[in-house]
Amino acid sequence: MISQLIFILCFVSAIILFARNARQIYKNIKIGRALNRNDKPAERLKTMLLVAFGQKKMFKRIVPAVLHLFVYIGFCIINIEMIEIVIDGMFGTHRFLSFLGGSYNFLIASFEWLAFGVLVSCIIFFMRRNVVHLKRLNSPELKNWPKTDANLILIAEILLMTAFLLMNAADQKLQLYGESHYITAGSFPISQYIISFLPSDPSSLILIERICWWFHILGVFAFLNYLPYSKHLHILLAFPNTYFSNLKPKGELTNMENVTNEVKAMLDPSFTPPTTDEPVRFGAKDVQDLTWKNLLDAYTCTECGRCTASCPANITGKLLSPRKIMMDTRDRVDEVGKNIRANGTFVDDGKSLLDTYITREELWACTSCNACVEQCPVNINPLEIIVELRRYAVMEESQAPASINAMFGNVENNGAPWKYSQMDRANWTSQQ
Amino acid sequence: MEKELHVPTMAELTAKGETADILFWVGCAGSFDERAQKITRDICRILQHVGIKYAILGTEESCTGDPAKRAGNEFLFQMQAMMNIQVLDGYHVKKIVTACPHCFNTLKNEYPALGGNYELIHHTQLIQGLIDEGKLKPADGNIFQGKKITYHDPCYLGRANEVYEAPRKVLESLDAQLIELKRCKSNGLCCGAGGGQMFKEPEKGTKDVNIERIEEVIDSQATIVAAACPFCMTMLKDGVKIKEKESEIEVLDIAEITVRANNI
Repeated sequence: MISQLIFILCFVSAIILFARNARQIYKNIKIGRALNRNDKPAERLKTMLLVAFGQKKMFKRIVPAVLHLFVYIGFCIINIEMIEIVIDGMFGTHRFLSFLGGSYNFLIASFEWLAFGVLVSCIIFFMRRNVVHLKRLNSPELKNWPKTDANLILIAEILLMTAFLLMNAADQKLQLYGESHYITAGSFPISQYIISFLPSDPSSLILIERICWWFHILGVFAFLNYLPYSKHLHILLAFPNTYFSNLKPKGELTNMENVTNEVKAMLDPSFTPPTTDEPVRFGAKDVQDLTWKNLLDAYTCTECGRCTASCPANITGKLLSPRKIMMDTRDRVDEVGKNIRANGTFVDDGKSLLDTYITREELWACTSCNACVEQCPVNINPLEIIVELRRYAVMEESQAPASINAMFGNVENNGAPWKYSQMDRANWTSQQ
Repeated sequence: MEKELHVPTMAELTAKGETADILFWVGCAGSFDERAQKITRDICRILQHVGIKYAILGTEESCTGDPAKRAGNEFLFQMQAMMNIQVLDGYHVKKIVTACPHCFNTLKNEYPALGGNYELIHHTQLIQGLIDEGKLKPADGNIFQGKKITYHDPCYLGRANEVYEAPRKVLESLDAQLIELKRCKSNGLCCGAGGGQMFKEPEKGTKDVNIERIEEVIDSQATIVAAACPFCMTMLKDGVKIKEKESEIEVLDIAEITVRANNI
């Protein structure tokens, strides 16, 4: 009875705590500017099904795609087991779903195979990061916390799966002994091989089974509440993030309507621009100037670095890393969110996304080639943020590199980015 | 082989009371860059050869504003766009062909929000269409037969607008040996010139992007690398030169290849 109460207490607090954290992240995302991404629901749903559920873009890199698929399916399916664990925990039952009979055996057997798949994949993932030192997973921006974060997640998953299999093994041995509480149920294709390593007295077995059970469920609760602080949040946000994807061609940059109104007024003095309560700032200096989708992107990023590995600037040793753009954006929006919570409204802290987090050198190294956008398995768009920061640097500060300013001057005066007269534009027609 | 090339302008046709079926948007590189001018003239040769009624804007054409927009100067972009839209709409232009993927992308995707709506095709799509219609047929024993040719995807044609097949179909018609680069199609590597990079020195790094790309071309053992963008052309050509491979690797635009293969 006491253990049931403890369980319910843990369960309820885990849910409440998570809900609070989730609400905070939702509020942080809402710091961004408005943007309508509710059109074409059918196409959006299809994108989400293909990209998030179907893992379509993961398969651009086959090895991590397969390993990730094991973890992904494992995670989704093993969570069915959570239903049983929660029921057992609340009502003091044991293997409540075993009345399903043959189907139950099938379920438990699949969980075991999947748990094994997750275990092996996570060990390989851990090795790729810490032993093989894959370049993509050892970039400068991954030092300190991001590295710890990644390893914590992998270790947690390895421990959770080990506990799950160990629990089944102990349970199975107790079933064989005919312990009254341990009804004969389930099929154990993996954990059957662990049985012989376990002690043979029933009280030790019960202890192991209980410790693993509690470790597994408390681990899951803790993991749930770790998500909001971790890159691992992608397991939840990948779905809304792909649903709200940009559905237009990648080459199309947003049209700035506030600029359109000014340009129209300039070309046609009789044109009166419509009044708007949109902020007057051109481009983005800080996270408040980005759209909510840019911020959702930042929270969805799991720092896999496929963007950076495909970035021509990064490949050739420049400072720019699209992954860092996303990580910086998340760090900054977290900071701004805390600031707002502490002060009721945002109080200038002397920092901004541009300069404090992202340097001009990074900004101007981008070729706008869309490789990062193409590679992202969850449709994150680092390029939009880069362009918004450039817009701020150019239109609010006139701080472009000198040669870019020269190009602007040429376009403005000669109608070409080079210093040629517009009247010479068709000279090529008279040469053969 | 070369026939006299006459390139009509919209103003000229209008004065004669004629119209063009398609506008050839030449672009700044195609107008001023010496290497790109050759490609421009080849496109005109193709248009003239198959008898398409086309025209250019000539001195009335102005930068689409693409490099300004990518570099963050939305004001300048929109000024350019609105002036160009006035000119295009003044001539009732409906359909545009261009050799520059940057112009293509901007005219196709970014002009509609400012009131400019045109049907856009890239010259590689035009050529593919002409091959499909049987109007162009590479000559038997054309100089490309059996040669190892690779294709470099321009970002603004490929990833930006998902045109991957048209240029490849053109190359396939040559009876050549088409080799794909390691990073191709949606995974293609940029030449290094997009996003305003064409007009500035690169940031500090370990190598230039076009060198990284040319090394991949060299690895492919192709003797011809086909381009479909004037900026890529410059970058690839410079890369070949820096790597001292000018005698082994030739950089040619799809239009140039077409003209040579068809003996136009």
